[in-house]
Amino acid sequence: MSKHTLSVLVENKPGVLARITALFSRRGFNIDSLAVGTTEHPEISRITIVVNVIDELPLEQVTKQLNKLVNVLKIVELDPSAAVARELVLVKVRADNESRSQIVEIVQLFRAKTVDVSPEAVTIEATGAADKLEAMLKMLEPFGIKELVQSGTIAIGRGARSITDRSLRALDRSA
Amino acid sequence: MTEQATGSHHPQPRTRNAVPAATAERMTGAQALIRSLEAVGADTVFGIPGGAILPAYDPLMDSSKVRHVLVRHEQGAGHAATGYAQATGRVGVCMATSGPGATNLVTPIADAHMDSVPIVAITGQVASKSIGTDAFQEADICGITMPITKHNFLVRDAADIPRTIAEAFHIAATGRPGPVLVDIAKDALQNQMTFSWPPQTDLPGYRPVTKPHAKQIREAARLINEARRPVLYVGGGVVKARATAELRILAELTGAPVTTTLMALGAFPDSHPQHVGMPGMHGDVSAVTALQKSDLIIALGARFDDRVTGRLDTFAPNAKVVHADIDPAEISKNRIADVPIVGDAREVLADLIVAVQADHEAGHKGDYSEWWNHLNFWRNTYPLGYDVPKDGSLSPQQVIERIGQLAPEGTLFAAGVGQHQMWAAQFIKYEQPGTWFNSGGAGTMGYAVPAAMGAKAGMPDATVWAIDGDGCFQMTNQELVTCALNNIPIKVAIINNGALGMVRQWQNLFYGERFSNTVLHSGAEHRPGSTQGVGSIQNRGTRVPDFVKLSEAMGCVGLRCETPEELDKVIAEANAINDRPVVVDFIVHEDAMVWPMVAAGTSNDEIMAARDVRPDFSDDLDD
Repeated sequence: MSKHTLSVLVENKPGVLARITALFSRRGFNIDSLAVGTTEHPEISRITIVVNVIDELPLEQVTKQLNKLVNVLKIVELDPSAAVARELVLVKVRADNESRSQIVEIVQLFRAKTVDVSPEAVTIEATGAADKLEAMLKMLEPFGIKELVQSGTIAIGRGARSITDRSLRALDRSA
Repeated sequence: MTEQATGSHHPQPRTRNAVPAATAERMTGAQALIRSLEAVGADTVFGIPGGAILPAYDPLMDSSKVRHVLVRHEQGAGHAATGYAQATGRVGVCMATSGPGATNLVTPIADAHMDSVPIVAITGQVASKSIGTDAFQEADICGITMPITKHNFLVRDAADIPRTIAEAFHIAATGRPGPVLVDIAKDALQNQMTFSWPPQTDLPGYRPVTKPHAKQIREAARLINEARRPVLYVGGGVVKARATAELRILAELTGAPVTTTLMALGAFPDSHPQHVGMPGMHGDVSAVTALQKSDLIIALGARFDDRVTGRLDTFAPNAKVVHADIDPAEISKNRIADVPIVGDAREVLADLIVAVQADHEAGHKGDYSEWWNHLNFWRNTYPLGYDVPKDGSLSPQQVIERIGQLAPEGTLFAAGVGQHQMWAAQFIKYEQPGTWFNSGGAGTMGYAVPAAMGAKAGMPDATVWAIDGDGCFQMTNQELVTCALNNIPIKVAIINNGALGMVRQWQNLFYGERFSNTVLHSGAEHRPGSTQGVGSIQNRGTRVPDFVKLSEAMGCVGLRCETPEELDKVIAEANAINDRPVVVDFIVHEDAMVWPMVAAGTSNDEIMAARDVRPDFSDDLDD
């Protein structure tokens, strides 16, 4: 079992996300995390998919099938050692006068932020790699996590190269 | 990083660089739709009108270029479009209204998807502001057909209609062909727009690779000339790429044996001495064994389907694989390829011919004489054959064989799904590409009659025989009404054994002869011992439905044939009628079985030439 991060550049059109997620499920893959947003080019959206696979071959099959989708412009698998991956969590932790300062200390340790405070709870915003956020949540758990929301992973390759370059040229040609 | 989107060759829609038409006209979206269909060269549309698609049918009435064939069920429209596409090589078109009209197209769209047939389905959709409100006759047909189309479009704006139609036809016909659905909201059909042709198409993510990689071609040629036991494994892609002339040149240049799959019958002449037959579950012993014992498989436009490979982990254990396909996703999907070649079959074959010839000139030519000794032994020892029933009733194989032998030159054959389909594949000799079509991947019962109708509409001068079963026929026979009323005189052979024959065969072999729900003609009226009816003489009972009367009621000539003595006369009679559809009810023995057979889930090594007959495989080749 291994995790793979795919960056998928797609045309920013209605229904494209459904085509992609449906393809994963009908080919028998579970999406671990999913994040979608526009890119520096408004006509292109970028979908970051983290997928768990048993071995390498089926991933190749699913990327080939993804490539056949007419709205998919490009697929790049990001190597974790050559990419930066981040998630965002918002977590509401039970807090009273006694525990609040300990919670704030944890927040500072993880370079997170307190975004809302009320007499019974604090809400914390944190970004980072999945393992860092997991460690922070583990520290907060004893205080009582009332509510937790997590984003999908987004990731970008290190260095000066951009995966959007060539796809943009393809778009320009057709415009 | 692994970059997946690559392609040296990017064919673009023809329309892209063309000069826009000088005049732009104001018209409705519906008029633009018909004008667009005319412009892409669609000459025949099969369909049924209804509420949401109604605006399109009004200008369609005035078109002198687009013939609309009013079918009796949307499924018939879809399979007719498929038959039309397979017979002519052009994109087939079907049209239906929203909701149930559109969902009735689902089966033929799935069928065309499995067999890579280029069709465009145009469906009406409820008005754009009603989409998502569970409006009358609303169905999310784009969502429903997402997994079974090559691509689909929802058009909400009249101005998008010409571009979408141009893109749909381009996607359907290029790369690996397939079905494309265009769902058009009713208000988009009704609203005014400005029409100009050609439209600007915009498909930045669609770049099929057609030109094979030179290094891979050289490697493939090297393997071909080094191999001792090569086989050319030819699939439907070779027919679709119109690469059969190139295939023949390569085959004769190398001297390698050729197998043509169910989807590729006719791609290489059955009569050619290098043709070793059809592989697969009901393939020839020689073809199945050739693949199984080969040391090199050259797969061309074929996809290592489970019906060909049998149990995958025991398939062709000693073979290296050269796999050429237009669809990169097919390569190494089921069987890992040693030499993957992405490209159009015609370009691949053309390049392979040059590369193989260059190797020959350099003194490297494969010697397959020992291989041919084995192949000829299997071919001569286990030819296709059948037994004639002892009770004097008709043998289904004989019926089909004689239809093939008595058919006029250039006859097209469409089959349903089941025993009759396999016998039509086995006992009719195909010499030309595009003369045989069937539902291969999806196995859609009921395919034959509407597909034959579509083929005949596209090729009005050709004789078209539908080889159908009595089970299949009862699913889609209403399209004979369409044929009778629209001067589409097809011929239908009902191979009537009174049973769902292939299922019955499995019950015979694997379910202890317990025939659960496979006898089609029995019922309260069933009277064993009656001389009237269907099947073997001792089992005859009712004749419900009476296919002769049914056919006559639908405006066809209905004939019946029950004995071997009248067989040739009845076939000749059917061949002589060309002004109306003809249906022949051939009453055949119900216990005939399709042989050879590789049982589902077993290895091709377990092929049975006939019941309890396992061929001698010369197992010394396994080293």
